[in-house]
Order: sequence, then C-alpha cells, then structure tokens
Amino acid sequence: MTSDIAAILGIDGIATGAVYALVAIGTVLIFTVTRVIFIPFGDIAAFTALTLAALDAKRFPGTGALVVILACLATLIEIISLLRNGELRLLPRALLFYLVLPLAVVGAAWLAMRTDPPLAIRLVLALMLITPIAPLLDRIVFRPIADGSVLLLLTVSVALHYALVGLGLLFFGPEGVRTEPLTSFSTEFAGVLISGQTMLIVIAALVFSGLLYLFFDFTLVGKSLRATAVNRTGSRLMGIRPARAGTIAYLLGSLMAGVSGILIAPVNTVFYDSGFLIGLKAFVGAIVGGMTSYPGAAIGAVGVGILESFASFESSALKDVIVFSLLIPVLIWRSLASLHSEEEIEE
Amino acid sequence: MTRVHVQLAALAAVVGLALAPFVLSPFSITLMNYIGIYSLVAIGLALLTGVGGIVSFGQAAFVGIAAYATAWVSALNGYSPWLGLLFGVALTCSVAAILGIVTLRLQGHFLSLSTVAWGLAIGFLFGNVEGLGRFNGISSIPPISIGSFALVSSAQIYFLIWGIVAAILFLGYNLMDSRLGRAMRALRGGNTLVESLGINAFQIKLVTFVIAAFLASLSGWLYAHMSRFISPGPFDAGMGIEYLMMSMVGGAGSLLGGVVGAAIVTLLKNSVQDYLPLIAKGASGQLEIVAFSALFILFLQWARQGIVPFVARYLPKIQRERPQPAPPLPRRVQPTPGELLLKVDGAERRFGGLIAVNKVSFEVRSGEILAVIGPNGAGKSTMFNCLTGALRVNKGEIVFAGRPITRDAQSRIAKAGIARTFQHVKLRPRMSLLENVMLGTYARTGAGILAGAFRLNQREEASARHEALMQLERVGLGDKPFELAGNLPLGNQRILEIARALAADPTLLVLDEPAAGLRRQEKLRLAELLRSLRADHLTILIVEHDMEFVMSLVDRIVVLDFGSKLCEGAPAAIRSDERVQEAYLGGVA
Repeated sequence: MTSDIAAILGIDGIATGAVYALVAIGTVLIFTVTRVIFIPFGDIAAFTALTLAALDAKRFPGTGALVVILACLATLIEIISLLRNGELRLLPRALLFYLVLPLAVVGAAWLAMRTDPPLAIRLVLALMLITPIAPLLDRIVFRPIADGSVLLLLTVSVALHYALVGLGLLFFGPEGVRTEPLTSFSTEFAGVLISGQTMLIVIAALVFSGLLYLFFDFTLVGKSLRATAVNRTGSRLMGIRPARAGTIAYLLGSLMAGVSGILIAPVNTVFYDSGFLIGLKAFVGAIVGGMTSYPGAAIGAVGVGILESFASFESSALKDVIVFSLLIPVLIWRSLASLHSEEEIEE
Repeated sequence: MTRVHVQLAALAAVVGLALAPFVLSPFSITLMNYIGIYSLVAIGLALLTGVGGIVSFGQAAFVGIAAYATAWVSALNGYSPWLGLLFGVALTCSVAAILGIVTLRLQGHFLSLSTVAWGLAIGFLFGNVEGLGRFNGISSIPPISIGSFALVSSAQIYFLIWGIVAAILFLGYNLMDSRLGRAMRALRGGNTLVESLGINAFQIKLVTFVIAAFLASLSGWLYAHMSRFISPGPFDAGMGIEYLMMSMVGGAGSLLGGVVGAAIVTLLKNSVQDYLPLIAKGASGQLEIVAFSALFILFLQWARQGIVPFVARYLPKIQRERPQPAPPLPRRVQPTPGELLLKVDGAERRFGGLIAVNKVSFEVRSGEILAVIGPNGAGKSTMFNCLTGALRVNKGEIVFAGRPITRDAQSRIAKAGIARTFQHVKLRPRMSLLENVMLGTYARTGAGILAGAFRLNQREEASARHEALMQLERVGLGDKPFELAGNLPLGNQRILEIARALAADPTLLVLDEPAAGLRRQEKLRLAELLRSLRADHLTILIVEHDMEFVMSLVDRIVVLDFGSKLCEGAPAAIRSDERVQEAYLGGVA
C-alpha cells in the first residue's frame, strides 16, 4: 500500500466515519436518556435516503404512509392508556401530539410536493417526514416497558429493527437508490483529491455535534435531558417528565440519523435494509465512548469508518467480519472500565 | 400429583411422539422435524437465558458452524456424516469455549452485545469463505445412515431427531436437579452470592455456554443432513433472534419451554405464510417478518414469563417427600476453642483519595462472637468486603486459620471455611428453601456434569438433601422445605441465609447487618439462634449497626470510626468508653 492509497483510504474512512458519528451520537443520546439501545437508528438513516430519492424522482415517498400508520397506532395506544388511567382530560393534548402534528407534517409535505420544490426544500421535507417515526415508535413500543431492564429493551429493540426492515421493503421496494451529490465542488489537498461531498459530511458532523453540545450546556431542555440521563427518579421529583425527555431525545436523534442518511445517499447506494450495518457500526463507535460520552462516540465512529475503509481495501468480502470481530475487544475494555451494580439483573 | 404421575405423563408424550409419523401427513412430519431441530437450540437457550441469565443473540452462528462442518466433512470430502457429527460438535464447542473465555466476564448487556457481534461476524463468514460455497452454499449433502440404512425420507429421520430431543430433555432435567444445575440456576441474579458459596461463577457460566452451543451443534448437524443443502441464510442474525424468541415464548426458565416455543413459533410462521398472501398479495414475505417482530414485541411487553410457567401455575403441585436420613457429608475439622482463627493486620483500603479502612487490626478467636460496629461511613462494610474477598485491601494482611487469604478470590475464601450472609438478602426466590440451603453444600460435594445428567450422583444428592434439611431444622425453618424462598417474610429470609451458610460447614460465620430491618421479636429470635450456634462452638463475626442487639449478644466488640479502629473490648467497657460515645452521639452529653 502506497502512501497515496493510504491517504485516499484515510479520507474515505473519515467521511464514512463522520456519517457513523452522527448516528452514534444519536444512539448515545437515546441510550442515556431512555436506556434503550436503539438499534433501528441505522434504519432511520436509510429511510431518509430512500425518502429523499423518492422526492427527487417526484414521487411521494412511502414514509408518508408509514408515518400515518404509526401515528394512528400511537394515538390508539395513547387513548387506551388514558382511558385506563382515567385521564381523558389529557386527550386533546395527546391527539395534537400523536395524531395532528404527524399528519400535518405529512400533509404539508404532500402539498409542497405538488409545487416541484427545489433541492433545499426537498431536504427539509425528507427530514420532516423522517423525524416523527422514532418518537412514535417510542410511544408504541418502548413506553409500555420503559422501566424494564436494559437487556429487555435491547431485545425489543432488535426485534423492532427486523419489523422496520420488513416495513422498509414494503414501503420503499427492493431497489437501491443513490441521490445526486449535494455539491460538485472538489479540491486538491496535499496531492489528494477531496470531494466537496466528503467535506460536507465532515462539516455537517462537526456542526451538528457542536449544536448538540450547545443545546445540552446552554438550554433548560438540554439540561433536563441530562438530568433524566443521570437519574430518572430524581429528575421526576424535580418536575421533569422522563417520557417527554425521551420524546425530545428521539426527535433530536432522528434528526441526526436523518442528516447522516442524506449525506450518505450520494456516496453509497442505499437499500431498504442498509440501515442495519450503518446502525451497528455507529453503535460500535458508541460503545467505544462507553455509551455515555458524545466525543468518545464520535471518535469511535470515525475510527470504525477508517478501519472499515482499510479493511475493505485488504479484503472487501471480510470487512464486516473484521469490524464486528473488533467489537469484542472493545466491549471487554469497556466492561472492565465501567462498574456495574448487580441489582439490575432480573431475578 | 406425585412423581409417578409426572413419569406417566412423560411416557404418554414419548409414545404419542413415536406413533405420530404413522398418523401424520408427510408435510406435517417435515414440520415436526423442523420443530425438533429448532427445539434443540431453544432448549440450549432456555438453559443459557432463562436459567443462567445470559441472553444470547448468536446461537444461529453455532448451528451454522456445525452444519457447515458436517457438510464440509461429508459432502465436500466424502466421509461419513457421523464423522461430521464428531467434527461439528468438537469445532462448535471449541469455538464456544474460546468465545466464552473471552466474553463471559462481561457484565449484563455488554455480554449480550458481544453475542450480537460474534453472531454477525460468524454469520458473514459463511457467505464469504471460498471453500464453503459462498452465498450458493453447499449442496448434495449425504443423508445420515445407521448401518446400511439411510435416513432419507422425513419420516425416517423423524425418529432420530425426536429421539435426540427426548434424550436431551431427560438429561437436561436431571442436570437441573443436580449440584451443577443448582449452581447454574443461582447464576441469575448476580455473581456475588454464587461466589460467596465457593462456586466459581465464571466456570459455571462457561459450562452453561458450551452446553448451549453443544445443543446448537446437534441441531446444525441434523439440519444439514435433513435438508441436504445449506446456505448462509438459515444461520444469520435474524435466525438468532428467532431462536431467542422461541425460548422466551415457551418460557425461558424451562427446558420444556424450548420445545413448546419452537413448536408455537414454527407453526405460527407456517400459518402466517398460509394466510398473509390472502390479506396482502405479493407482499407476504415482507409482512411475515413485520407480523413476527410485532408479535414478539407484544409478547415481550405483556407476557414475558412465557407459556410453560403460565400453564404450570394451574397444574396441581408435585408432592415431594421429605428427604430421608442419609450418610452425612464430610465435615471440616473445627479449631479448638480459644485458638486464633482470623487475624487482620494493618488492613488499608482506599477508593481514590478516600481511605475507607485505615490500618485496622483485630483478631477473632475460635468459639467467640465478635462484633464490628461503628457509625455510618465508619468503614464496616468495606472491612467486611475485604474479609470475604469481594474487595482487595491495598495494604496489610488477612490470615485465616493460619493461611493468608489477602489476595484470594471470593470463592476460594468461601472454600477455606468462611461463610457469609448479606445485608441485602440474596436468595434465589424461585428456588425452594431446601434448594437454597443445598446451594450451601456446593463446596462440600463434587458431582460433575455427567454424573448429574446421568443421575450417578444419587448418594451424594441424598446426603446433601439431608444435610440441608438438618440445617433448616436447626434454624427453625424445617416445617416447609419445599416452600419457595421468595414467599418468606424478611426475618425468615435472613434466617434462611444463615441456614445456607451453615450448610457449607464453616469455621467462621460472617454476618453483614443481620438485624437490619427486623422487628423486635425477629431480632430476639435471631439472637437466640446465634447464641445456640456459639454453644455449638461456631465462631461468628457480626458487622452491625444495632447497639442493643450487639451488646446483649457478643463477647467482644471492635469499634470503627472514619475508617480507623477506635477501640476494642468487652461490651460493658465499650458502652462506657468516652470515645465511642463521642463518635455515636457527637460529644458527651
């Protein structure tokens, strides 16, 4: 391997890693606030790419129907749970959040599509359509077992991923998509050609991580999220509702996954089931950060990207084997580094 | 319901299974074969997940290793499938042992995540290795032959598959009811208790893990020679979660649940395949996985216990006989009263900048009750944890019965003759009183895995059962040995912990705040019990908060304050010591 190739592989790896980093940060965000290891995040990223591709092709994406179905389901479950608790006075609020808002988003997207919008609007539309999915899934799937063990939540999360892959095939079809590059700009740096898309990916990753940092450190909502992450009961006593904090975490996380999906769509062909590997690799990165540190997750994810890039040069067939085998030493290191209380294991 | 009833029910099930192929259609027989093959994996997972508390997403990879191994031996190299069985089992168990040694020290969800990792890595490997046919798989795998009789049709291999399932269930239930099985069942709920009984938790986990992999390898072997063709698909991560689903639906704590779960999931899948095309034409493949995952999620949300435990609640309870007298288990030589038993010399333990225990020295003499007391934060619990090996001292030395135990692991200290109880009671609520106490005899017995599975351990078991019953009677809990431990009130749970500790035949009994949370009557009874144990020349070390309880009971007291030893002496002297009064009351009143 010459240094030229190494440089190209390195840059390629950083770009891929930056995409993983966005998903990894979302994964950490959700894990700390809700204790759910949200494996389907990669699917959200892939769905965003598929949504954008459909919008580019002037078709209304399957995401719309998916959101409508999930919104109806979530509303139904919310109404049943309100009825059971005798809290029907909260019904208008529930209808607004779980039914009206998601439907309004889909409606707005549908109207906007009739005007043949420019790329910038299409990007916004794709993100708008994708963000309700994770919070709705949270309401349907995770809220009823919010107090279960991490292991139970993980098992449910893996099952949910398979459901989403099936839904993805149903709503988006088996064809892979690759969208137009967002920019055709490219530059040469130290003799290596760097495409504008690569730069965009890295910049987006940096900007979004920075925004997240500002959000957590300088806003009350951000602080309430951090409080929930540290101690659910304690923050509840302080008037923070963990369920609401969870919803915000899912919204933010989906946004990051959505952005990563948009960024990766012009670089790699995305299929309905591409999300699993994106999600898992991001997740490897998140584990490097111990599932708690955002910079750690980002660095880990970039590391995975670089590793994958070099591994695929050496043996493209075995690159995934290499990446996942490497997870085991990382897990061992992380498990040794963190102290566990025994009480979490269910009797 | 007695034991005989259970045996009759099992016999009826075996006869029913043996007659089934003569009644069922060929399609149903094939379906039954799949159920049997999946059952083996699900039984292994029931053992691993339900019994041992290790959730594995990667069992499909083990099935795949064995299937590819036997295919390689028989189809690609032309040897007998039986050689393929040997090779497949050996390879799978070796891989499992290596993976287990590397990953089983991981905690909680880290361990499960590692199963996702190697499950995926091995799954990807099948499709990418040149010699294994890549994504095309390996075809023309020969059938299994017994002598010159080849098991070609599904009705023929049926008997082999279900014969193996029945044998595995029989051996599995025997194992569960043995010394090793009890240790496996105790894993769920944390290592601390298990280690304190002289059980090497890691070793037990490894054994459980390899057994589960062994069952998966049997399944893989049968699968390869039944379908005669293999490709990476049936061994991917999706199948891994399907196996997990089978064992959880059936009821992860029960081996029979593995079979029931495999049957339900397989039949359900089959009917979903039949009916979904009627609802949505052309989209059935996608809907199948959606419907399945949704069902699994609903199940995890609402009925985590699984079907077999649910049904078992409505069956009449099995009546068991009280254990009969049996030859006693070997006993330890107890030290002569008054002899030095435990010596703590300059023990020091730091947590970062905090010195929790600072140069503490004291001695325990055989036959006495010594109390370590002190206000909150005095370092009592840290001292206790150092003694039992849960923590290591940074400096100093601890000598027990003439042997340094400063650097020993918990299970070694337990084996040396120190038995303990816990401040927060650690019992196995779903095991009976008798079984909980039998856990205490682990280090005094020696039956291994084969002895347990083939019931060659019956003499030792009878002795252990009798010993446990005697200890229950000694502490006054002998009237209902088959009650579940979780049904006892807190006071009796503490007493039960003492019975379990006594079953280990200790030379030193260490009690961590035994009076915490007890009512007055319960405290009096506890004190009475401890006095009677002292009368039997047992040495007792108590770490306690409750002054009244301690003062009337113990021979000597060591007082700790801010990590250092404040003073030491008889209860009356301690009571009048000004330094102690200051530490407890903040100055002489």
